[in-house]
Amino acid sequence: MIPRTLFQKIWDAHVVHRLPEGPALIYVDLHLVHEVTSPQAFEGLRLTGRRVRRPDLTIATVDHNVPTGDRLTPIADAVAARQLEALQRNARESGVELFDLHSPHQGIVHVIGPELGLTQPGMVIVCGDSHTSTHGAFGALAFGIGTSEVEHVLATQCLVASEPRTLEAHFLGRPGTGVAAKDLILALIGQIGTAGATGHVIEYTGEAIRALSMEERMTVCNMSIEAGARAGLIAPDETTFAYLAGRPRAPHGAAWTRAVEQWKRLPSDPGAEYDVGIALDAATVAPQVTWGTSPGMVKDITGRVPRPSDFPTEAEQGAAARALEYMGLAPGTPLEGLPIDRVFLGSCTNARIEDLRVAARVVRGHRVAPHVRALVVPGSQQVKAQAEREGLDRIFREAGFEWRNSGCSMCLGMNADILQPGERCASTSNRNFEGRQGRGGRTHLMSPAMAAAAAVEGRLVDVREWELAS
Amino acid sequence: MEPFVRSVGKAAALPRANVDTDQIVPKQFLKRLERTGFGPSLFHDWRYRPDGAPNPDFELNRPEAHGATVLVTGANFGCGSSREHAVWALAEYGFRAIVAPSFADIFFANCCQNGLLPVRLLAREVDELLRRCRAAGGEYWLTVDLEQQRVEDGAGFSAPFPMDPYRREMLLRGLDEIGRTLLEEPRIAEYERHRAAGTAP
Ligand code: SF4
Repeated sequence: MIPRTLFQKIWDAHVVHRLPEGPALIYVDLHLVHEVTSPQAFEGLRLTGRRVRRPDLTIATVDHNVPTGDRLTPIADAVAARQLEALQRNARESGVELFDLHSPHQGIVHVIGPELGLTQPGMVIVCGDSHTSTHGAFGALAFGIGTSEVEHVLATQCLVASEPRTLEAHFLGRPGTGVAAKDLILALIGQIGTAGATGHVIEYTGEAIRALSMEERMTVCNMSIEAGARAGLIAPDETTFAYLAGRPRAPHGAAWTRAVEQWKRLPSDPGAEYDVGIALDAATVAPQVTWGTSPGMVKDITGRVPRPSDFPTEAEQGAAARALEYMGLAPGTPLEGLPIDRVFLGSCTNARIEDLRVAARVVRGHRVAPHVRALVVPGSQQVKAQAEREGLDRIFREAGFEWRNSGCSMCLGMNADILQPGERCASTSNRNFEGRQGRGGRTHLMSPAMAAAAAVEGRLVDVREWELAS
Repeated sequence: MEPFVRSVGKAAALPRANVDTDQIVPKQFLKRLERTGFGPSLFHDWRYRPDGAPNPDFELNRPEAHGATVLVTGANFGCGSSREHAVWALAEYGFRAIVAPSFADIFFANCCQNGLLPVRLLAREVDELLRRCRAAGGEYWLTVDLEQQRVEDGAGFSAPFPMDPYRREMLLRGLDEIGRTLLEEPRIAEYERHRAAGTAP
């Protein structure tokens, strides 16, 4: 037998049919649906008289435009409310399970899938959202798709896809204290660029990856799309099984034993070949901060804002100059010490319980700097409830953070949580695009510990030194 | 879907790399329930000033770009969010084809789903088109031919572009992909039976 990669095994097991023109019809095990990219898909089904083929394999939640304040008052944004109602109606009419605003399981779609045990190794998972790559942390092949493809999957439970190429990102060594999973993935994107993995599925391997918890692995896979990848994957192992055991939608009893047997066969065979390979030494990675308007514009916290002339091509020089202007940064400015106005602890990248624990540990006993407005938006209502059981909410509140209900919130600013023009934000989210967190807003991406320390100091700091000093 | 066979139209240049879908349609316009109505929000934050007036400096607001149906732009176009709204907005604005050195994967697929042709040329060919477009100062016309898989300007520029046979066929004939897949219903049902029995491949 030819040795196969994890990707190849999942792909082969899901090919329903190879179309004569080239691509394959791939079977989808789990289809996650949210309010923003699905209304036109359900409408399309209605117009053509088609039905949802497998409502039992489809799960819906509301996250992108939900308010994160009080859940008991009516939604102030009438247009957003219409979208929530549409999903409610669509889910009801097609028999799809929906975790709505009043469900204790509501949350960001990529947080609740794993948390409920819906996300399992070896699956093909799709969602009308690019960060579907998050679920790859379990050794599931998880793709973001557009709305027409959402409609296609609703109607057929299949996706038409050409086979992507594979890229192995091998992380040697162990990261130092104060260096998080977020730093590993930002460092990788900084190295290969935001189109570095276009057309590829990344498999993350190596000692540094194996040592990560499930939540940290999700952070890594989450940002695969920021490197342009179709998906990110990490082979399932004991860490994966321990995380899934006993989750409500994970298999139980004899079915669990059978499932684990199968999952153990998924990791890439020795000698399996990837189309591309890159290696990165985790021990040399420092805490990362983005300085520009793309996740690839990233540096060590100890670094300085680059000069456009530091870049080799005219296109990159132009992009850097434009980014610096938008970000209001002069070349050569040290990143450490840069004053900030806002802090956002949230998003499907970094708003799970471990993220909140790390941030709370940094914040405990301190106050948010007087000129800073800081926000914690847990990734799900379950994360929120867990944090409250552990008293983390008290630590955040006492420090001066706002403590919210879950949703995407200021990660994309579809609800009322947005930056004002010119405001500078330390954010644990995944995109620093122009206007992403509000028109004219300036986003610096970083890890939860770095963002928490920035909240206290009112400026970007190197959390490694900050922790020593306190 | 409207078939795409061949399109002759004016080109507009947007010489920027890594244009993300957050720029193509900012999030505040994603609350619609329809596939229509996104044209006016195309490139909103670049196209309009904060007071709502058109920004005269933005490439598509320049007189020479008016009426353009082919957008010539930089690498990794359409990166970021999967929002198909970006494609709906470009199509509604009047674009029929986007020419760039590379596209983000999800955006590329979304284009094909909507009959907006994503045309991949070599970086130096795109640079040449941008140069010619600038030199023409307005009336620069391109023929994008999917059947021949070729872009031409009638003045010496001619370059082939790749397109996989499946997407090419769907686009040329304006086929409904769901309808196409539903023809495979017996195969899908059989796959599901195997899965249920634990004998899937
Ligand atoms: S938290 Fe941000 S990145 Fe994640 S699904 Fe929501 S909007 Fe997308």
